[in-house]
Amino acid sequence: MESRRNPRAVVDPKVRQVGFFTSSQPDSTYQPDPIASESHPVVSSISPSGNSLSPVMIPPPRHNSSDTFPLRAAAAASAVSPSSFSYSTRRDFPDGSMTASPGRVSRASFSKPSSSLPGVGMDSMAAAKSSSVPASGLTTVSVVNMPPGLSGTVTCFKVVDLVLLDSQCLVYQIAEKESDQKKNSKPLKEKTTKAERRALQEAQRAAKAAAKAEGGKAPLVSSGSVASTNVKVTKPAKPSSQKNDVAAVAAGPSEKKGGQAEKDRKKDAPHPRMQYDDESRVVKAKRRAVVKQTEAKNRVELFRHLPQYEHGTQLPDLETKFFQLDPMHPAVYKVGLQYLSGDISGGNARCIAMLQAFQEVVKDYSTPSEKTLNRDMTAKISSYVSFLIECRPLSVSMGNAIRFVKNRIAKLPITLSESEAKAALQSDIERFINEKIVMADTVIVKHAVTKIRDGDVLLTYGSPTAVEMVLLHAHELKKKFRVLVVDSRPKLEGQLLLRRLIKRGINCTYTHINAVSYIMHEVTKVFLGASSVLSNGTVYSRVGTASVAMVASAFRVPVLVCCEAYKFHERVQLDSICSNELGDPNAISKVRGREDINYLDGLTNNANLQFLNLMYDATPSDYISMIITDYGMVPPTSVPVIVREYQKEHSLV
Amino acid sequence: MISERLYTFADFVCKTLFEPLINLIDDKKKKKPLFLSPSNSEMDFQVVILAGGFSSNLAPLVSKEVPKALLPVANRPVLSYVLDLLESSNLKDLIVVVEGEDAALTVGGWISSACVDRLHVEVAAVAENVGTAGALKAIAHHLTAKDILIVSGDIVSDISPGAVAATHTRHDAAVTAMLCAEPVSGPAESGGAGGKDKIKKPACYDIIGLDSSKQFLLYIATGVEVKRDTRLKKSILCAAGKMEIRSDLVDSHIYAFKRSVLQEVLEQKPTFRCLKQDVLPYLVRTQLRSDVFSDEKAVEENGSGHGKNNMQNNDGVSSQILSNAFLPSFHKVYESGLDIRKTHKCCVYIADESKYCVRLNSIQAFMDVNRDVIGDANHLSGYSFSAHHNIVHPSAELGSKTTVGPHCMLGEGSQVGDKCNVKRSVIGRHCRIGSNVKVVNSVVMDHATIGDGCSIQGSVICSNAQLQERVALRDCQVEAGYVVFAGGEHKGETFARK
Repeated sequence: MESRRNPRAVVDPKVRQVGFFTSSQPDSTYQPDPIASESHPVVSSISPSGNSLSPVMIPPPRHNSSDTFPLRAAAAASAVSPSSFSYSTRRDFPDGSMTASPGRVSRASFSKPSSSLPGVGMDSMAAAKSSSVPASGLTTVSVVNMPPGLSGTVTCFKVVDLVLLDSQCLVYQIAEKESDQKKNSKPLKEKTTKAERRALQEAQRAAKAAAKAEGGKAPLVSSGSVASTNVKVTKPAKPSSQKNDVAAVAAGPSEKKGGQAEKDRKKDAPHPRMQYDDESRVVKAKRRAVVKQTEAKNRVELFRHLPQYEHGTQLPDLETKFFQLDPMHPAVYKVGLQYLSGDISGGNARCIAMLQAFQEVVKDYSTPSEKTLNRDMTAKISSYVSFLIECRPLSVSMGNAIRFVKNRIAKLPITLSESEAKAALQSDIERFINEKIVMADTVIVKHAVTKIRDGDVLLTYGSPTAVEMVLLHAHELKKKFRVLVVDSRPKLEGQLLLRRLIKRGINCTYTHINAVSYIMHEVTKVFLGASSVLSNGTVYSRVGTASVAMVASAFRVPVLVCCEAYKFHERVQLDSICSNELGDPNAISKVRGREDINYLDGLTNNANLQFLNLMYDATPSDYISMIITDYGMVPPTSVPVIVREYQKEHSLV
Repeated sequence: MISERLYTFADFVCKTLFEPLINLIDDKKKKKPLFLSPSNSEMDFQVVILAGGFSSNLAPLVSKEVPKALLPVANRPVLSYVLDLLESSNLKDLIVVVEGEDAALTVGGWISSACVDRLHVEVAAVAENVGTAGALKAIAHHLTAKDILIVSGDIVSDISPGAVAATHTRHDAAVTAMLCAEPVSGPAESGGAGGKDKIKKPACYDIIGLDSSKQFLLYIATGVEVKRDTRLKKSILCAAGKMEIRSDLVDSHIYAFKRSVLQEVLEQKPTFRCLKQDVLPYLVRTQLRSDVFSDEKAVEENGSGHGKNNMQNNDGVSSQILSNAFLPSFHKVYESGLDIRKTHKCCVYIADESKYCVRLNSIQAFMDVNRDVIGDANHLSGYSFSAHHNIVHPSAELGSKTTVGPHCMLGEGSQVGDKCNVKRSVIGRHCRIGSNVKVVNSVVMDHATIGDGCSIQGSVICSNAQLQERVALRDCQVEAGYVVFAGGEHKGETFARK
């Protein structure tokens, strides 16, 4: 917050900085004053520009603030380094697969054509196997000969050390000449020119884009992006302006190390909290995207910084690419498709699905030659994660899980063999699912059940997994209570919960959120789920939760939030605008199954109409009486303690 | 042509004779990737192309030399369109199933000459008349991947098979069928005998029932079965709530099957002959009381997990969380509503209407496909069209005052005499056409000879056939090597040696 006192003269008018964690646009928020950054460790700790693919805020780095530059540069370089590893050829191992399918050994049954009746010339094994129809052999008639050196297209990095800061999950690659660069001004000079060239190019590109753009906004946009590129030009001149455009700084080291193509990918690496109203960044991110992303046209101005795409086009496009995405693991691909199509939702489920996909990845993984498992696997996971982000933005729970996985990979002892390492990783992931999600839920249930008394009327909103378990368990304990399921359009998740509760014989009432103020007077306790709990006690949850909590607190009804501790996050959020997710606008413009209510048909592309389908909201801690987590029942004010302890434990795991 | 054919044949024999030896010698270094089937195993799909044999539907067109898969569409075998389509989707390890040894030999010969170093193709010969299900059964022991993509060998289409596979994977379905809009059939606008053709055309429409989300298949019947009334499963209808019955969609014979399901069905029902008429309807019918998923899931779970008993309970909880979070299909709802009945999902992928997809399974379809590939759907042909929307090979010779209209194709080395008129037709390689000949809406295959003053409309002249002077053909098919004598006027006839 300190740094916001002196805003820059040139500020991109499109960038809206709400709160102080939007780290992808540091140049406009933070004064890139070298003195300020070096003298205020607080500032530098808030703003590490978040190069890891974790969607979440990075905790304070544990390094000496006076020595930030090499780390910064290295971090910038490492952010993109996964891309250099993400291409693996599948024909790497000509050996070791012979046994896979002996049945497909090509028997040239045509070599004795005249004597053989249909099916006679086949292997006896094959013939014996089929009953009525004679089995047939396969004849290889066309073979692809792969050039031998295909797998060897790996650019070698001169890496002295591989360090992973446990809390940050950043892999720093420190090039050999790093320390020299820092002191010597000449390479810096070179860097500057490179960055300038890049900036110039970007300015030209932006100008071109602006020329193409039409309407009243065009000049504004162009001036904005040009201005921002101008800022970039000046920046690299100051060696210690770490918090400025990461990509510009990254150009220096990467130029030394990698090839041109790698660099291209590097600078395009998306930031998980990218501001989508920054056009140049959006263009860059689009260029490398796997999922075709057509920006929705009429977006609500206040939420322009969030990604919103035409939902109709993404899925078919991704589907047609099914066989063409070589580096993608099928399990990851499947999960991505399921995220994209909305088949799977809910923080816990998405996290479990992702982790299970990663388990598959680990199972099928084999280290390419000339690479180490730790680094290559991290790179792979990162590329998968960026694919998943394209399918749907990550939830906090997933971000934490990814951080855990990467942490585990980085910490694998070098001495382990590949199979041992894989087994260790798989069991680690398994343990994460079991301890942090499944066990956590059982503990939460145990705690929460004590709060349910006979005669209670419990209200819940949506379909939170933990709350469902609580209710079911309480019912098993023969407690007599009634449940009010409050639901909202468009997802109507509550209906599914309702179905499951009724099946177990729990007495339920179902209503929509419109009626919540009416029904609240009979409620004795409100149980809510959460997507995340932030360290100021704010509960980030399904949209509508805040209203329910507010009404409940107005009626003096206790609000209990059930949330596993792995969803806690050290981020602080004051509103639900700066960080949120936009859903499919069609979901609210159309009523499913009611074709007769089609008043909005044909208006979807009207410039005067914007749809806003928010997915999450933030409930202030004032409305929350208690958070039930695997560490017990705590007031919202105690969340930072758990986050701190949890982090500590996390690093020890 | 004969020499060319001989050459490929010799080449092929060479290959088949010596390849086993070669394989034995450098088994270890060369053959491995083949069994890994890398590009497919990445997504764990195996591709089977059902290329058929000598189809009786296409009676005079197919012959000993030209099985169905090699019928020329715009002077390229129809199979090449399928192979190109698959190759463009990065599917390079294919199994081609051909009915009959002879046909397999011919098809294999062509593939080995055309696709060497591009694709890894294995050809399997199965007995004739076993049907598609029988053919699959015969090669069932070669199928090892988790899912099988089955493509008919006579499809000319630009729909990515990846889309079907993706839908299949996403839903974890037992079977996914691709539906596309019914192709525009019938002769081109100027064709005269439209009414007659319609009578000849078999009623090939399908009756398809979809759920309200248009993702699941609730009912399917081919037009042949539907006589007057049809039966629906009440349980399916109740579970799905709503069913949309469509007759404007056709099953395009691209399926993705779960291998275990497919093998189970083929095992249990030895009488099934046809995928489309037997296997698919059976799976659709039984989707709510599945026999094919007999506790296979439990086995899988045990295998993939670490087998620790204490984990079992936790696994259950996490999978419970997962399944609760899934947007439930009606299968799930039905499952939860009743006892522990197993269900499986039958999904559909409905192709965009702008996509082209036609099966070459009748003479009419053959004409249509040839017309479309050099006409409306010319992006499929892979040729570059001239400014006049036609393709005239540079080596083709045209006489004076001869016109070749748009949507025409003239193969290499063909000679056309004076004052000829070619409209919307495909003429193969090395054809000799005399003067004053009119060719409209027709397909003339390689090495055919057409005498002076002939008039050909809506007909197919197979390779090496000979038309003597002043023959007038309308809606006729001339078998390969047949000689039509001079001066005849024929309408709707089939010329074939008995």
